Amino acid sequence: MAPFAGWEMPIHYGSQIEEHHRVRTAVGLFDVSHMAVVDLQGRDSTAFLQRLLANDVGRLVEDGSALYSCMLNEQGGVIDDLIVYRRATHRFRLVLNAATAGSDLDWIAEQSQDYTLEIQRRPEMAILALQGPAATTALIDAIGDRSELTDLKRFRSTEFDQLFVARTGYTGEEGYELILPVEDALLLWDRLLTGVVAPVGLGARDTLRLEAGLCLYGQDLDNQHTPTESGVDWTVAWQPEGRDFIGRQALSEKNRQTRSLFTGLLLEEKGVLRSGMSVLQNDQRIGITTSGGFSPTLQRSIAFARLTLPENGELSADSLFVEIRGKQKAVTAISLPFVRNGKIVARL
Amino acid sequence: MSDIPSELKFLASHEWARLCDNGELEIGISDHAQEALGELVYVELPGVGDKLDAGEESAVVESVKAASDVYCPASGTVTAINEELEERPDLVNDSPYSAGWLFRLKPELDSDYANMLDAAEYEETLEDED
Repeated sequence: MAPFAGWEMPIHYGSQIEEHHRVRTAVGLFDVSHMAVVDLQGRDSTAFLQRLLANDVGRLVEDGSALYSCMLNEQGGVIDDLIVYRRATHRFRLVLNAATAGSDLDWIAEQSQDYTLEIQRRPEMAILALQGPAATTALIDAIGDRSELTDLKRFRSTEFDQLFVARTGYTGEEGYELILPVEDALLLWDRLLTGVVAPVGLGARDTLRLEAGLCLYGQDLDNQHTPTESGVDWTVAWQPEGRDFIGRQALSEKNRQTRSLFTGLLLEEKGVLRSGMSVLQNDQRIGITTSGGFSPTLQRSIAFARLTLPENGELSADSLFVEIRGKQKAVTAISLPFVRNGKIVARL
Repeated sequence: MSDIPSELKFLASHEWARLCDNGELEIGISDHAQEALGELVYVELPGVGDKLDAGEESAVVESVKAASDVYCPASGTVTAINEELEERPDLVNDSPYSAGWLFRLKPELDSDYANMLDAAEYEETLEDED
């Protein structure tokens, strides 16, 4: 167990590496109740979220649909990354990172003053993530065969009374995130674990998301960097042009100037890449690793890096190095993700 | 409770040394250290023939969580390294005091080994940590 944002979190339940493989090949269950559930409703809630978030909730045309978005400050820096679900017209659910939840809620309250809506944090809700190719079978075994479940598409959610089921996740595998009252979560946790489902800790959650090319707030994303500088510019909705989301102007200006490239790195030698290591080209420091570790699927070390491209030239992919304890080790720039649905997709 | 063999000597920084019949020292990390680090994924060893000083960073063990330096318990010359660890760093987790040894050293002085903690003293340092 380890402390994290005021929670005691399980790093692993035995073997982090076995837990990682279990999610890639079968199914694993995570307790991610440290993340904060916030419900918004009221006649201005859609307009408010269109102002608050860099992605556009106007794209959520069906009830149950979900969107990944950054929440920006006026300078275009990322305050948090989150998922927003449309539960009904003018009724939304946000899932926020644990470490930022308090400051997020202050920010949201401040920004919402001129809008008519209710904002409710739901601390009585637990979140379980059931992830892996056998997740659907395992969920059906636990809660019954329901057509709403088997028909559920990716990035969609449905609700059975107090059980909120979303086909989302943070592993690069098929799977579900389940939001439900704590007492129900305890029962469902036990019921799920009677079958082939194994519990998985935060350690494997980190290596799974790293292989899947998914950013972690506080490492790959922070309020000093724009979505572009963290490789999530695809989540910024510039259309419609008239939508004045917070940070839009600053981000647009910064994007015009930036020579930033956010990329995956594969270590070509023995060793382990970690966050905060210098990336070099021709002995010039051109960037830094933001996350790194050992990939159990690739059996090599991988990382994310934020690089500044040289003014004239391009990145020559075969002459990149990372400095590990004073020694330069060869790396290759790789477009993300490294792994998707159990398979290595990075061109090695 | 971690395993602390009584025939070995230790550093408070969790290295162990075994005095071999030929006078060389076999070096590794303690059961407590491997447990705290978690599953190892890479071990960086010194080269055979390297001259090391007592207290010098002599190896690095990298786990799923973090990298950790291994300090040399005695000054001397490296005579052998555990090459199996290149493919099987997890041997350090499975067997920290035998198959998971790191390297062997021909010590310059007897005093470095003599000054290391015995098993009981090492155990006390662990209790102080907790």
